[in-house]
Amino acid sequence: MTLSGLLKRDLLIAFRNRGELMNPLMFFLMVASLFPLAVSPDPKLLGVIAAGVIWVGALLATLLSLDLLFKGDYEDGSLEQLLLSPQPTMLWVIVKVLVHWLVAGLPLTLIAPLLGLMLSLPNGGFAPLMLTLLLGTPILSLLGAIGAGLTVGLKKGGMLMPLLILPLYIPVLIFAASAVQTGVDGNSYVGHLAFLGAYLALTVVIAPVATSAALRISTAR
Amino acid sequence: MSQDPQTYRDAAPEGDRSATWLAGRDLYCERDDRVLFSQLEFELSGGDLVRIMGPNGAGKSTLMRILVGMSAGYEGDVLWKGVPLHKARYDFHSELLYLGHQVGVKGNLTPEENLRWLVPTASTDDIYDALAKVRLNGFEDMMTHGLSAGQQRRVALARLFIEPKSVWILDEPFTAIDKDGVAELEQLLVAKAQAGGLVIVTTHHDLAVEHKTIVLGKTGGAL
Repeated sequence: MTLSGLLKRDLLIAFRNRGELMNPLMFFLMVASLFPLAVSPDPKLLGVIAAGVIWVGALLATLLSLDLLFKGDYEDGSLEQLLLSPQPTMLWVIVKVLVHWLVAGLPLTLIAPLLGLMLSLPNGGFAPLMLTLLLGTPILSLLGAIGAGLTVGLKKGGMLMPLLILPLYIPVLIFAASAVQTGVDGNSYVGHLAFLGAYLALTVVIAPVATSAALRISTAR
Repeated sequence: MSQDPQTYRDAAPEGDRSATWLAGRDLYCERDDRVLFSQLEFELSGGDLVRIMGPNGAGKSTLMRILVGMSAGYEGDVLWKGVPLHKARYDFHSELLYLGHQVGVKGNLTPEENLRWLVPTASTDDIYDALAKVRLNGFEDMMTHGLSAGQQRRVALARLFIEPKSVWILDEPFTAIDKDGVAELEQLLVAKAQAGGLVIVTTHHDLAVEHKTIVLGKTGGAL
């Protein structure tokens, strides 16, 4: 059980489950396509709410995809095998989070400009939207792993995980959405990006440790 | 626990087959206010084939999870070569092959892909040989979820042939395995013990060969 072997295995499984992986992406697209219908097709009005809508959509889509992170491994016993491998738990947690970001966060980031167009995001908003998603979605995956690890053993953990991790997501949402808005207004959003970068650095250090502990608790029946 | 870990190491030098590998000291475990076992003592070492016996619910699987270091809900000490388990995690897990109720085989990988990731040291030939030995030749490229329950367990059992580990801890390895398979597996366990490995199994099936037993289900189970 090597780390590169785990990376290859998880990417292969993700590729074979690609139907399931499309769900968060479809959700993201649906949110963006329903807003103009429900609110108003007026580009001026949509342009004002676009940044917030896209970020809320990305955040909820990530929440939807977190269930896949450890559930499969928990159910078929792979998680036990991973916990009993000589490698530090933290390292393979990082690999699993990386795979999650590659199949969930990165696609969300890549289709975000399309949603920007659909919601008439003003031109100045596209660069900050991409940059905040690029910095923000890894944070969502890392923090989400803690919640996923804590609730993986629960049969009815459905609403518990969002309740646990949403408070941690709030700073990302606030700074990312306001960065996009600042970009739209034509001002510098470097400070917002710096905050997101700092939050990412913090979660990279803390989240794998917390996730390892969470997984040990969940499997110690 | 009070002793210095170094002293423990000196007391049980590695590679000494007569030295104790895995020891339980005054183990006590309860679940839901029910005592599963107390004052459980055992000393196991290379060459031992050990069967953990007891009726359903006696705590066999619980004891196994304690032995591999996955459960913290107990009192007493588990020692690996004289060192408390939580301090010897790397050394112990480097030597350990554990198969639980769920054997860790992925449904949407083929048996070959499963083994390739579970046993990265094995060559392709080794993997095909091992799959042939568990009579899965011809199934190497099928998705594992399309195989029968017994065949899925056989994928995991193929690890026994190719993974260079000296301690096997197998929870109900005979589940869903056919009669011939059970006999072959039994031979494999015996051969492993004779080659100096430590094999611990739980099973309701009576082993036809000489073995040690740990009996649970009554207070103060003992070797």
